Amino acid sequence: MDIHEYQAKELLARHGVHVPRGGLAYSPEQATYRAREIGGSKWVLKAQVHSGARGKAGGIKLCSNDEEISNAAEAMLGRKLVTHQTGPRGKLISRLYLEEAVDIAQELYLGFVLDRKEERVMIVASAAGGMEIEDISEKQPDSIIRATVDPGVGMQGFQAREIAFGLGLESNLIGKATETILGCYQVFRDYDASMLEINPLVVTRDGSLVALDAKMSFDENALFRRPEISELRDKSQEDPRETFASDRGLSYVGLDGNIGCIINGAGLAMATMDMIKIAGGEPANFLDIGGGASPERVAKSFRAVLGDKNVETILVNIFAGINRCDWVAEGVIKAIREVGVDVPLVVRLSGTKVEEGRKILADSGEAVIVADTLAEAAEKAVAAWREATKNKKAA
Amino acid sequence: MAILLNRSTRVIVQGFTGKIGSFHAEDMKRYGTKLVGGVTPGKGGQTHLGLPVFNTVKGAVRETRAEASIVFVPPPFAADSIMEAADAGIKLCVCITDGIPSQDMMQVKRYMRRYRFEDRMRLVGPNCAGVITPGQALMGIMPGSIYLPGRVGIVGRSGTLGYEAASQMKALGIGVSTSVGIGGDPINGSSFKDILQLFERDDDTDAVVMIGEIGGPQEAEAAIWARDNMRKPLIAYIAGLSAPKGRRMGHAGAIISAFGESAQEKVEILKEAGVVIVPTPASFGEVVADTLARTKQAA
Repeated sequence: MDIHEYQAKELLARHGVHVPRGGLAYSPEQATYRAREIGGSKWVLKAQVHSGARGKAGGIKLCSNDEEISNAAEAMLGRKLVTHQTGPRGKLISRLYLEEAVDIAQELYLGFVLDRKEERVMIVASAAGGMEIEDISEKQPDSIIRATVDPGVGMQGFQAREIAFGLGLESNLIGKATETILGCYQVFRDYDASMLEINPLVVTRDGSLVALDAKMSFDENALFRRPEISELRDKSQEDPRETFASDRGLSYVGLDGNIGCIINGAGLAMATMDMIKIAGGEPANFLDIGGGASPERVAKSFRAVLGDKNVETILVNIFAGINRCDWVAEGVIKAIREVGVDVPLVVRLSGTKVEEGRKILADSGEAVIVADTLAEAAEKAVAAWREATKNKKAA
Repeated sequence: MAILLNRSTRVIVQGFTGKIGSFHAEDMKRYGTKLVGGVTPGKGGQTHLGLPVFNTVKGAVRETRAEASIVFVPPPFAADSIMEAADAGIKLCVCITDGIPSQDMMQVKRYMRRYRFEDRMRLVGPNCAGVITPGQALMGIMPGSIYLPGRVGIVGRSGTLGYEAASQMKALGIGVSTSVGIGGDPINGSSFKDILQLFERDDDTDAVVMIGEIGGPQEAEAAIWARDNMRKPLIAYIAGLSAPKGRRMGHAGAIISAFGESAQEKVEILKEAGVVIVPTPASFGEVVADTLARTKQAA
C-alpha cells in the first residue's frame, strides 16, 4: 500500500528526519494561506498523487507569490496527473502540499528496500541523487553504496556512519546524516514498510540535510498490526475496479484488454492470461477468487469483472483443489441470472466435483461455452471475442 | 524414496483443531499420510480426529516422535509457530498460511540459522500448496487424485498452476515422484535451487519441472545452479508474460520490481542456462513427454 509524500514526511519527521516546513491544501485559497503560515518568499506546490516523476508531468511548481500559487493550485486540482508510473489513466489530484523552497547545494539518494536475495532490509545510497535509481544504477553504478541489516539486532550506528562517509559528506554533516539514516530505518521497521525512498535528500546552502521528497509503501500483510498506516489509505489513488474488488476480498488487477478473467490461484491466473495473449487476445484483468469460493463469491467476481466497460468476453478457468466445481458452476448460473452477463462466457472446470459442475452448466439451459482444457478455453474465449466484436461493428 | 516426504514420515498439524486444519488433516489422513497428532495451545490432552492434541510442538515431538509439521496457523501467529517447530527439532515444516508479514519471515529465517546446518529444520512455504509424494503421503492442500505416481519431480510457486501441470502429465501417463510448492511470498523457506538440489540427488527422479513466475531472483539463481551442477533434465515455465511492471499479481512476491524479474527476462536467462522451456501453460504435458523421450534415446 502506497501513501502520499506529505504522510511519509510526517512519519519521518517524528523520527528525527528533517523535512521542509509545509502544509496541506485542498483549494487555491488554502494554498495561499499556507504560504503565509510557512513564511519566506519562495514555495513549491506539489500534487499529492501516488506516483514519482511528478515534476515532468506538471505536478510540481515553484511559486514566488500568491497569484502564482493560486493559479498553479487551480491548474492542478481536479486534474488527472499522468506520469510514466501511473499509466495512461493517470491519478486524480485532490490534495496539494505547499512547502518552503530550499536552496540546494547537493542532491543525494537514499532508499530502503526488502532485498529478496539477502532476505533482509537493504539500504541503497548514492551521491548522485535527483534522478531515478534505475538511471543511477545505469549511469553511475559506482556511486551506489549498499548495506544490509541483520534483523536480529537491527541497523547499527556504524553502518549509518559508513554510508554517510561513503556519500562524501562534510564532517559537520555526518552526525545529522547518521541520525537521518537510522531514523528512516526505524520508520521502515516499526511500520512494516516494504519501500522507503528519499530522492533527493539534499544538502542545503546553509549546511543542513533535508528530505525534499519521500515515497513509502507498506507490506499489506502487516496492516493488521499497523492501524495508523491503514488509515492513510487513499482510495482516490486506486483503480476503482480494484477498490471494488479488494473491498469484497478479491485479488484483482485491472489491465487494458477486453477478455475478463475469473480464475482460482495467482499462478493459474497469470498463466491463463498468458494463454489468452498467445491465442491472440488481451486480458482485461487478473482476478484470483481464492480457495473455497462459494457461489456468492463467484457471482461477486462477475460483478467486479463486468464493472470494467471494456470487457467483451469472460473466461472462467477453475482448477479446483479446495474449491468445488459444483459451487463454481452454481455461482456462474447465479451471476447470469442475477448480475446479467451480456457478453460471451467461456467456462473451463477441472478438479474436485468436475462432473457435477459440468452437469449444472449443461442443465441450466444458459448460453455457456464449455471448454475441457486450458488451451481450448483460451482459444474459445478469443474466438468468441472476435465474433462478438465483429457483430458489434456490423451493428 | 522421492524427496522430503514418504509413507513413513511422522507428521503433526499445527493449528490442528481449527476449521482449516481439521479439514486438511482429514484429507491428508485419507490419502495415507502418517499423521500422529496435532498442536493447539490450550487444547493439550484432548483427542481430535482420533489423534492426540498437544499444547506445544516440543510435547508433540516427545510423545509421538514427529519429524514433520504442517502449519495452518493464521498469519499473525504463523511465524511464531514455525520457530516453535524449528526449536522442537522438527526436520521438515510445511507452512500453508498466506499473509505472513515479510518482516516476520526475515525473523524466521534469521532464527533458523541458530542451528547447525545438519540440525536445521527445512521450511517449505509459506503461502504454498505443500508437498505430495504421490501414492505415499500428502502434506498440503492439493487434490491427491490428479497426481500419478512416477519419476518426474515438480517444484513451483503456485498451487493451481502446479495442478494444471500434473494433470497434463497424468493425461499422457507421466507420473510424479514428489511435487513441492515453495509458495508465492517474497521471502520463503526453500528456494527453487534448494529443491532442485534434492531432486538431483534423488534416485527416484529422472527429470524436474520448475514452475516459476514474475518477481524475485530465485528462478535465475536456480538456472545458474542447474547449468553448473545438474545432470537431470530441467524443464521450466514462467508465468506472467502479460503482467505489467510494478503491480502485484495476487502473490505477495509476484511483482516485477527490478531488472531480470519479468517473465520474458527470466525465460531468456533460463534458455541461456540450457533449461528446456515450456512455451505455453497448455504444453507442460507434451514438453515433458518429449524431453523424457529424448533423454531415453540419448541414454
